[in-house]
Amino acid sequence: MGQIELQKVTKSFGETQVIPPLDLVIGEGEFVVFVGPSGCGKSTLLRLIAGLEDISSGTIKIDGKDATDLGPAKRGLAMVFQSYALYPHMSVRKNIAFPLKMAGMEKAAIDAKVEGAAKVLNLGDYLERRPGQLSGGQRQRVAIGRAIVREPAAFLFDEPLSNLDAALRVNMRLEITELHQTLKTTMIYVTHDQVEAMTMADKIVVLHAGRIEQVGSPLELYRTPRNTFVAGFIGSPKMNLLTGAVAKARGVETIGIRPEHVAVSKDSGEWQGRVTVAEHLGSDTFLHVNSDHGGMTVRVGGQMNVGHGDTIWMTPDANHLHRFGADGVRIA
Amino acid sequence: MATQASRAAARLMISPAVVLLLLWMIVPLGMTIYFSFLRYNLLMPGTEAFAGFDNYKYFLTDPAFFTSIKNTLVLVLGVLIITVGGGIALALLLDQPLWGQGIVRVLVIAPFFVMPTVSALVWKNMFFNPVNGLFAYAAKAVGLQPFDFLSQAPMFSIIIIVAWQWLPFATLILLTAMQSLDSEQLEAAEMDGASWGNRFIYIMVPHLTRAVTVVILIQTIFLLSTFAEILVTTNGGPGTATTNLTYLVYMQSLLQFDVGGGSAGGIIAVILANIVAIFLMRMIGKNLET
Amino acid sequence: MARAVSTRRKAIVTVIAWGIGLAIFFPILWTILTSFKTEADAIASPPKFLFFDWTFENYVTVQERSDYFRHFWNSVVMSVGSTVLALIIAIPAAWSMAFIPGRWTKDVLMWMLSTKMMPAVGVLVPMYLMFRDLGLLDTVSGLVIILTLINLPIVVWMLYTYFKEIPGEILEAARMDGANLRSEIIYVLTPMAVPGIASTMLLNIILAWNEAFWTLNLTAAKAAPLTAFIASYSSPEGLFYAKLSAASTMAIAPILIMGWFSQKQLVRGLTFGAVK
Repeated sequence: MGQIELQKVTKSFGETQVIPPLDLVIGEGEFVVFVGPSGCGKSTLLRLIAGLEDISSGTIKIDGKDATDLGPAKRGLAMVFQSYALYPHMSVRKNIAFPLKMAGMEKAAIDAKVEGAAKVLNLGDYLERRPGQLSGGQRQRVAIGRAIVREPAAFLFDEPLSNLDAALRVNMRLEITELHQTLKTTMIYVTHDQVEAMTMADKIVVLHAGRIEQVGSPLELYRTPRNTFVAGFIGSPKMNLLTGAVAKARGVETIGIRPEHVAVSKDSGEWQGRVTVAEHLGSDTFLHVNSDHGGMTVRVGGQMNVGHGDTIWMTPDANHLHRFGADGVRIA
Repeated sequence: MATQASRAAARLMISPAVVLLLLWMIVPLGMTIYFSFLRYNLLMPGTEAFAGFDNYKYFLTDPAFFTSIKNTLVLVLGVLIITVGGGIALALLLDQPLWGQGIVRVLVIAPFFVMPTVSALVWKNMFFNPVNGLFAYAAKAVGLQPFDFLSQAPMFSIIIIVAWQWLPFATLILLTAMQSLDSEQLEAAEMDGASWGNRFIYIMVPHLTRAVTVVILIQTIFLLSTFAEILVTTNGGPGTATTNLTYLVYMQSLLQFDVGGGSAGGIIAVILANIVAIFLMRMIGKNLET
Repeated sequence: MARAVSTRRKAIVTVIAWGIGLAIFFPILWTILTSFKTEADAIASPPKFLFFDWTFENYVTVQERSDYFRHFWNSVVMSVGSTVLALIIAIPAAWSMAFIPGRWTKDVLMWMLSTKMMPAVGVLVPMYLMFRDLGLLDTVSGLVIILTLINLPIVVWMLYTYFKEIPGEILEAARMDGANLRSEIIYVLTPMAVPGIASTMLLNIILAWNEAFWTLNLTAAKAAPLTAFIASYSSPEGLFYAKLSAASTMAIAPILIMGWFSQKQLVRGLTFGAVK
């Protein structure tokens, strides 16, 4: 249960094609994250899978069966919305029970399932409350509860953490990952936050202007980004992408080096630069440097004593140097 | 954002309303236009004949027509000045902290819910009446001659009645707009050294502009068709002193049974109202986009 | 952030505001007071404010002489009937425009509004003739039909602005949860829309109750609602202040109370959502 296959799927709104022909296979039990900047079509893609939008052409298969023309309710998928979309006039219990009621399940069976979900999600004390009386994190859990009681073939998450504050976001990230490990159900998760993508995904799909830039495990994407877009999007702080003479010297259009793969010295090195801002995180310090080749960011140990205005020398680790051609594509 | 099936359902659900309003708009209006080109009097059945623009010519050259246009304008403008001016003042006042704000609001809003015929009769008899009215009593009490409002200043009296009914509407809308003004904006202006007067001119007035425009346009639409107040108090008189366009058309068609002439007048009223309506629609249309 | 205001200032504002509020309300108050006076007290000079012989006799007389309750009932049937009818037609229309907007939705909405701009006199003659020929003159059903039509645009608009506030994601969630259109409407949409529908209903009843063009022109003795019934008091022989006041009080009381409850919705409804 839970294999989803997109074949030559396109989507146009009027004249504008937001999703050019796209193929993608999501394996059973995988945690797949669609990530990309806003407007890249990741939410549209999720809604196409959900059946909330009609696809313009192509085929969607769920567990090998053609689901292209099935309505959202018939696809056996559950979705957690960005706004949670809880029913404000129903108690938590009724919210969670709603999909079961719609499926015509018996009252006793519904109660048992709701209780079970509430236990998993720590909502036991809140079952009789209305969504309006809950905190953001609790609402989020109710939305998840409503999804899990259906035992869907796959869960769809549409930026579910974007309305939570930073601390809660980290917690919920863990909870969702744990949930995936417990349920082992396919999950498709949309986010614009590459940290969420890196930490949660089995497989990341990087989208840009409706096109898939790269599909792979978090570490594949981190180690071997297929092009400059993925290189710049995955990883925090961003990879330094340098063009001009320094790249020409290596025979390519663009070279990329991650902040953590640059050796920094106060005395000597390959590139010279002046520190504009030093961000001390304690364990690490990120230096924003005005170098001969443009602005760069490098990481140094927390104990290194550098600050604004200091001149430093930087040497890239040749093993971790990425090279890209004129079309932005990686050169091995 | 929707699927094909739901689009079809949407069209089906919207059609009764659209069809009904389409009929309501086209059929009677079409008939009015048709009648306006006929010589057609209910007292002389069977003499209907095509009259070309004669009805318009008669209606437009009737001295009563110009009086009625003038009266319509005076009535609309008079009421607008009182209600918008009074409305802004009241909105500013009620926006201040005060005890019993809710009750005062309720008192101020009340006249809007009084049906036009009742307010016209109450004012006519219990306030304006030169013998038994409260104003007459007040005049006598300070040694003045009682003033016969409805015969000596008929238009003014009607303006008072209508303004009393619409002042609550203006106040309520302007107060709502006032309360939606972000108080941090006012505080920022205060920090920037703006006096109360400056804050009023540079912050509150621009914020209220839109609400004032809406009030003016909506009231104009309704005020152009003022009818019951005139029917109940003065019957358009003395002479034609309080005959507005709506009342003139009413007299022509239902009192003199001149269907053709009344229809021509009706079409003229429609044209005038549409000029106002275009502005109103623009305002509301803009709002739809936000 | 609210800030402390000096008590003195607040007191002054309070006095002025109450003064103006009472002045504006005075004609209504005076009408209510007069309705409890004898005819002699009603025109007494100097006027009597509170110290007179309170009597209910006027209310009894109004009912006996003019069959007040029939007109009251006409008003009720006319305003509630036209409102319910308008809601039945408007709810599906507003629902589809709010949740399944198409390319023309905005234009349709604006066009509906434009029908409201047409002055009633523009179609007075044909409506009168049509009513005459269809035997609808002086019937309550005739009034229901015409009031439904004239208020339909406002009802659609008000519902539309309320429905617009229901987040579309909730309806999508219901669809994902397996609700078909029917269950979506019964379990999700309706409960969320009830407050909006109720306020629309309230405002529309008020508007219909007070409508004084068609009710005056299309009815005579039989189907006259309160607007037209009260107008009959304008003839000189009907000039009894206390009885006029009693009839007026009864005509405005129900709507005054309803109106006070719907103040907030009033703004939105009457400005078609342009001011909230």
